[in-house]
Amino acid sequence: MSVSDRLDVRKTYKLYIGGAFPRSESGRTYEAFDAKGTFLANVARASRKDARDAVSAARKAFAGWSGATPYNRGQVLYRVAEMLEGRREQFIAEVMAGEGLRRSGAGDVVDRAIDRWVWYAGWADKIAQVHGSANAVAGPYFDFSLPEPTGIVATIAPQESSLFGLVSVLAPVIVTGNTAVVVTSYSRPLPAMTLAEVLATSDVPGGVVNVLTGDSTEVGPWLASHMDVNGIDLAGVSDPDLATALEEAAADNLKRVLRPGLPAWDVADPGIHRMTPFLETKTVWHPIGV
Amino acid sequence: MFEYAPAPESRSIVDIASSYGLFIGGEFVDTRDGHTFKTISPASEEVLAEVTEAGPADVDAAVAAARRAYDRVWSKTPGRERAKYLYRIARILAERSREFAVLETLDNGKPIRESRDVDVPLASAWFFYYAGWADKLAYAGLGSDPQPVGVAGQIIPWNFPLMMLAWKIAPALAAGNTVVLKPAETTPLTALLFASVCQQAELPPGVVNIVTGAGATGQALVAHPDVDKIAFTGSTEVGKAIARAVAGTDTKVTLELGGKAANVIFDDAPVDQAVEGIVNGIFFNQGHVCCAGSRLLVQESVYDEVLERLKRRMATLRLGDPMDKNTDVGAINSREQLTRIRELSEVGDAEGAQRWSAACELPEHGFWFPPTIFTGVTQAHRIAREEIFGPVLSILTFRTPAEAVEKANNTPYGLSAGVWTEKGSRILWMADRLRAGVVWANTFNRFDPTSPFGGYKESGHGREGGRHGLEAYLR
Repeated sequence: MSVSDRLDVRKTYKLYIGGAFPRSESGRTYEAFDAKGTFLANVARASRKDARDAVSAARKAFAGWSGATPYNRGQVLYRVAEMLEGRREQFIAEVMAGEGLRRSGAGDVVDRAIDRWVWYAGWADKIAQVHGSANAVAGPYFDFSLPEPTGIVATIAPQESSLFGLVSVLAPVIVTGNTAVVVTSYSRPLPAMTLAEVLATSDVPGGVVNVLTGDSTEVGPWLASHMDVNGIDLAGVSDPDLATALEEAAADNLKRVLRPGLPAWDVADPGIHRMTPFLETKTVWHPIGV
Repeated sequence: MFEYAPAPESRSIVDIASSYGLFIGGEFVDTRDGHTFKTISPASEEVLAEVTEAGPADVDAAVAAARRAYDRVWSKTPGRERAKYLYRIARILAERSREFAVLETLDNGKPIRESRDVDVPLASAWFFYYAGWADKLAYAGLGSDPQPVGVAGQIIPWNFPLMMLAWKIAPALAAGNTVVLKPAETTPLTALLFASVCQQAELPPGVVNIVTGAGATGQALVAHPDVDKIAFTGSTEVGKAIARAVAGTDTKVTLELGGKAANVIFDDAPVDQAVEGIVNGIFFNQGHVCCAGSRLLVQESVYDEVLERLKRRMATLRLGDPMDKNTDVGAINSREQLTRIRELSEVGDAEGAQRWSAACELPEHGFWFPPTIFTGVTQAHRIAREEIFGPVLSILTFRTPAEAVEKANNTPYGLSAGVWTEKGSRILWMADRLRAGVVWANTFNRFDPTSPFGGYKESGHGREGGRHGLEAYLR
């Protein structure tokens, strides 16, 4: 046997919930193919129970993550960028396979994903100054407003752009202290699971990001109607009927909803518009006196 | 308690017409397909005027007028000119403040002291504040060239009719939108009087349209395909229905909904001030306040003292003629609301909580409910979970700060909270952990146009007031 005939050791792709990599409790998988239709892997097909487990893990992680200092969150997320850079070749290979790009195109996508992660990491300790305020009320009161994370945000990730799209919708959610449950691109799930490995081996506490591979038409409604989810981002929903159904279900507990398409994530400067929808403004009043 | 001679405010300052049409395109018009209904004074049940219940064709005409005004005039009016219109409105409201206060008190039932000192001055201040933003939108941190949304449909409640109108219309106009506003069914008169302010200010016709009516009128506005933005203040139930109704559309929505605020009293709190804060928190405006401090959490060690002083203070509250300048507690806004307050209070009795209210004579006519407290309340009781929207306080206790936080946050709502303690670090620790949009520390029920207001969780989303309040009306 020559060296080139060596069989590679394949990876088993599972879910990422609460910092661990379980199989779907349903035992189901589906096949992921590359852009030419060649088999890549059997991927876990998340169920309702997996979605609920993910929400529960995200809730457990919320107090710690939202209570961490912004400086700490910024450091942790920057560390993720370092790890992404270290896995650059692996991401390029997966993006090439999944998205059918040439090496240079895939390299460009991965670079943009890493740079965007770095960009958002830097927002951790700045968003309060940009989005908060001292309020000049007409009376003897000290009055200020600060942004706080909404809570648990469920995200249907972009379906085409499996890495850059995912990073562009995930980083703005967690940098401000929210915890996340992400449903990945259905047909291009592998870069997301590699990102999950990066998160698991960096300093992001388990449960801050939970990654589900599977069908958003199946898992989406459970997340949209879950009463312990506080926000939902429909970035990756292309079917208008599904988007409407998810938004209607989200009304049951008045989730903060980002509709498909807006605000744009695939722009050079996304601004703060993907962070602020999942931030609450808290205003505190105190009398001034002796 | 001191005896006071009656000191009623004169109502001669305001002329109430016998009937009102709809304010569409800068003038009052008759309904196309609606009906009429009567608005009464809740303090006397006297009929004040006949107003229009706008039908779908009326709503359509109002939206069309707003769209025309937006396309042809308002979207082309420079910010500095829009600002001057809003400054005019602020000034006219101040000039006619007594007229508005008297009318508000007649139609709503709130004490004249509150409409005169809170509602109307804040309404004027709201216009004055947002006037200045109209030509400075690029500095609001919402992008370098923010654009108006278009036509805004605005639905407001009956608890602060004019003030809610100002909270809605001022930022919308400053940002360059035109509006169709629906005041609450039981309190339409100050909004209709505001139409004359728009006329005096020479606001271009159609920039502000006012359609009176009840829930069906509001639904027609929400469902109208040419409305770009819905702003609603009211119940969580209706807020959820609106969120469902706009699902799948491009309509922007902000919702300011119900609350069940905790007012937390620590053992080191200045007791006299805290008691004033408790009273202001729940009995201000008869408790018809979405951010009312309706759940009192008292640290066990001071429970007896706080309760005793609270009862003593409640015994001095004067309930009665809202037009009397010495009145502290006015009329319940409607028979329907009175029924709801009575029903939930009876549930409180049935579930085993102890009811107390100071001896207090209720007027013969009108809708009245005495300031009431319930002790022995647990978190499972409905009076600790549901918004009563009346002068009814549920009292619970706690031992540790952590328990106070746990209990305060144990609600699907998240609009406001109060904290009373002399310890600064504890205030900030509590403020950090309370999941509520407004935290009043050693004060309660303060509002200001510069100060963002709005809820977490099922208390709605979006903020009104301050720079943040512009976001709802820009894209």
